[in-house]
Order: sequence, then C-alpha cells, then structure tokens
Amino acid sequence: MAITSTKNLKEFSTANDRFEGAHLLCPGCAHSMIVRELMNCTDDNLVIATNTGCLEVSTAVYPYTSWDTSWIHIGFENAATAAAGAEAMYKARKRKGTLKNPDAPVKFVAFGGDGSTYDIGFQWLSGAVERGHDFTYICLDNENYANTGGQRSSSTPIGANTTTAPAGRVSYGKKENKKDMMAIMAANGAHYVAQVAPNKWKNMAQAFQKALATEGPCYINAISACTTEWKFDSKDTIHVSDLATDSLVFPLYEIIDGHELNITYRPKNVIPVRDYLAAQGRFRHLFKPENEHVIEEWQKRVDANWERLQRREEARV
Amino acid sequence: MGIGNVLSNDKRGMIELGAEKKVGWDEVTHGMVLHSFEDDATNISSQKAEDRNYAQFNSYVATVASWRVVKPVYNRDICIDCQNCWVYCPDTSIISRDKQMLGIDYDHCKGCGVCVEVCPTNPKSLLMFAELHNLEDAIASWPEKKKKEEN
Ligand SMILES: Cc1ncc(C[n+]2csc(CCOP(=O)(O)OP(=O)(O)O)c2C)c(N)n1
Ligand code: SF4
Ligand code: SF4
Ligand code: SF4
Ligand SMILES: [Mg+2]
Repeated sequence: MAITSTKNLKEFSTANDRFEGAHLLCPGCAHSMIVRELMNCTDDNLVIATNTGCLEVSTAVYPYTSWDTSWIHIGFENAATAAAGAEAMYKARKRKGTLKNPDAPVKFVAFGGDGSTYDIGFQWLSGAVERGHDFTYICLDNENYANTGGQRSSSTPIGANTTTAPAGRVSYGKKENKKDMMAIMAANGAHYVAQVAPNKWKNMAQAFQKALATEGPCYINAISACTTEWKFDSKDTIHVSDLATDSLVFPLYEIIDGHELNITYRPKNVIPVRDYLAAQGRFRHLFKPENEHVIEEWQKRVDANWERLQRREEARV
Repeated sequence: MGIGNVLSNDKRGMIELGAEKKVGWDEVTHGMVLHSFEDDATNISSQKAEDRNYAQFNSYVATVASWRVVKPVYNRDICIDCQNCWVYCPDTSIISRDKQMLGIDYDHCKGCGVCVEVCPTNPKSLLMFAELHNLEDAIASWPEKKKKEEN
C-alpha cells in the first residue's frame, strides 16, 4: 500500500486521488482543494458524511458520485450526527466481532459549510463533540450560505455585502462580528482544533493528519475562498487565500485539549487588512469615504486578535 | 472487503437495480447505495486512476469539458515538476505520476486558471489559451523568459 507522505510536494503528488473530477463545484472553488487534500493525506479507509451545501449537492448529482470512499449524504444540520452514528455503529460491530475486516484502519470525517456549522447544525455538532465520538469535523468556511445564493451566516464578517445583509445607501452590509468557532469548539471539549487554509497546503495537511490521528472529536475550520460569493476571478483563489492568511484576517493556529494554543503560521510580511478586502467584490463598498471607518476598525480587531493569540500561546492556559 | 462494504451491504443497491433497468432519480429510495467501483474498493488509495475499475456512477467517467471557454496549455520544456499545479487544482485535472507532471486531464478541467497562477517558472509552464486554440500553435507562440526589471 502506498504510504502517503506530505514531507514535500513532490512526495505528496504521488498520492492517488480519491476525490474525483467532474463534480459540479464552480471553477476555482476552494471547497474541492480542501476536500481533495484531506483525502490525499491519508491512506486509511474513510467514512465521510457531508450535509447540504455546495459540496454535497455538487458531488452527488445523480447518477454520479465524486467520492471514492464511503460517503453519506445527509440533511443540512446533520453532518456531525451522521459521522457520529457511523462511528458508534462501527465501534459496536467491532466489539461484537461482526466486522468483515476489523483490522482495516478507518477514519470518520464530517464536512459542513459555515451555514450548517456555525448556525443550523450547531447543536448537533456540539452534541457529537460532547459525546466524545472519534471523528474529525471539517467546516468549509466560506462565510456565507453559498449554495442558496449568498445569505449571511454567523460566520460572515462585519462589512460583507450579502443578499440578506445588503450594502447600500443606509448600510455597509453585515453589522455583527464573525462567531469564534475555534474558541467555542475548544471549550466544547474537542481534543484538537485547528484553523487551516488551502494556500498553506503543508500546514493544512499536518493539521488534517493530526486530527485524524487524535482519538476523540476534532474540529478544523478551513477557510474556503468562494469565487462566486466573495466575487473574485476564479484564477485568484490561492491569491485571495494568501491575502487572508498574510493579513492575519485568518490566522492559522491550533488548540490542543482546549488549552495549548500554537500559532502554526507566522507571515514574514504581514500585509494590511485593506489589501485583503480590496481583492473581493463583497467588500467593494467599504472603500467609499463614509465606510472607511469599517476598514480601520477591522484592522484594529485583527491586530488585537493577533496580540491575544500570541499571549495565549505564551501563557499555555 | 473493508468498512466500505459494511456500510453498503444493502441489497437494494443501485448496481443491482441499475443492472436490471436504469433507475430514475425519483425512484431512489432511502438507504440506496451508489457504488464508485465495479469491484472491491478497499485498496483504492494504493491504486492509480488508470488501474481502477470505475463504475458507471463515478463522476470520473463523466466530463465537464464543455464548461471551458479557456484552457490551460502545458509546456514541458520549462516545467520543474514542483507540483504546485497538482496540489491546488480543484478539479483533480493535473496528471502527475512518479513526481512528474504529465499534463492536463481535459475531461475534468474547467479552465479556472488556478494552475497557471501558481506556476512559479519564468516564463510559466502553463498558460491559458482560448478553448479552440490549437495546442501546437500555443506551444509555438510561448513567450520568452521575462527579464527582471532593472533597479
Ligand atoms: C433545514 C434546511 N434549511 C435550509 C436548506 C436550504 N439550503 C441548502 S444549502 C444551504 C446553504 C448552505 O450553506 P453552507 O452550510 O454555508 O454551505 P456552502 O453552500 O456555503 O458551502 C441552504 C440554506 C436545507 N437544505 N435544509
Ligand atoms: S458558490 Fe462558492 S463554495 Fe459554492 S461551488 Fe461556487 S465557489 Fe464553491
Ligand atoms: S485550469 Fe483549473 S481545473 Fe484546469 S487544470 Fe488548471 S487548476 Fe485544474
Ligand atoms: S506548477 Fe508549473 S513548474 Fe510546477 S509542476 Fe506545474 S507546470 Fe510544472
Ligand atoms: Mg458557506
């Protein structure tokens, strides 16, 4: 059996893809970059549950499936529930000795969008983590309900123009801050929590591998730049992701056992938040003089958050 | 068989029904299984695409080529096999074997242009051309190495 190595990109490229092409995600969609990498960074059998959202509807368009592993198609709020149920059944059958191949390594993974993770599937995710199932939940965080046309979610950041928090003459878009799912999941008892981005492929692969190797519930927040709703050209998905991580709007860090926080990527040149915003149509209105304050406040929030993360990293609490 | 079969031992599976007659989407019942492969799927992670027995339901056998208006063209002469294009392609359309980039899978490529953007060579080893542009003409018209701007 091929042993997947993520030591360097050449070695990694010998992985045999298990996420197939001719799915119907938009050209340049980051969801598929993240999912492909998860499936490439392990040789283990995978049981994957995916709830409604772009990923689910685009990879299981009858009569096709793009999944080379066991894959469960489930309702909007239930990715965590389905993975947890499969994991519980697997354990029970292993105990009873009714598995045909009990020694085959298998990992349970759930994929949900931010709409389902931060909002609609929130209590089910929280429950599955609290019950301690051995699974990894990966949120494909594109900061909106993309599959239904770009409504705001509790992951949408302040100032984004969405269909249900539109920017116009009287509003600069969404007014409420993005929910901190990393902190929530760490507090919820997830054994391993990490924020990753596809442009930092190695960082992301390491987080995936750590999560898969960790017994118990793990949560990964994967930033998924959405060409359609963030409004940038399909070729720029990696460029926009670079701006996201290098402006520290999306800092990459992990939290082990709820307290040990490690920053996993430190940009050599930190770029202004303004540059990240300027690359996306959803923030275009912020550059009008009357909205400039939103950008300034955002920069302050990012600076304060980076300071907070560094202090937490030092303090080890 | 491994865990895959534990979850798919339902005899109402699509294969069984599908073999008899084509099942319409509105005849799909709860618990139905769409098989990705014709045979044992346990060791898929150790098999290359060309060695797999894909089922008719695997999107691998489908194509999205008609989505493209522009296509990436690959120029082997300049490529350093860094595999950036492989890791970032969202459509599993960069064919790499034994650490070498071999080319583009035009059945699955949607022409997003990501691979061109992440290619580090000078000139790039991948460039976008109109879908109907002839491949040889594209290679013949490849740009020269860009000189570094003088300070
Ligand atoms: C209970 C329920 N409510 C609403 C919907 C409609 N719906 C389908 S996909 C979707 C948006 C999904 O957003 P997100 O989870 O962020 O995933 P994305 O499409 O952005 O990847 C919605 C609202 C649904 N399928 N089920
Ligand atoms: S709308 Fe966004 S998340 Fe959905 S498929 Fe398109 S790019 Fe991907
Ligand atoms: S254009 Fe996009 S889909 Fe086509 S090979 Fe390049 S990255 Fe992949
Ligand atoms: S990114 Fe460019 S140099 Fe690197 S493998 Fe692909 S074509 Fe070759
Ligand atoms: Mg979303």
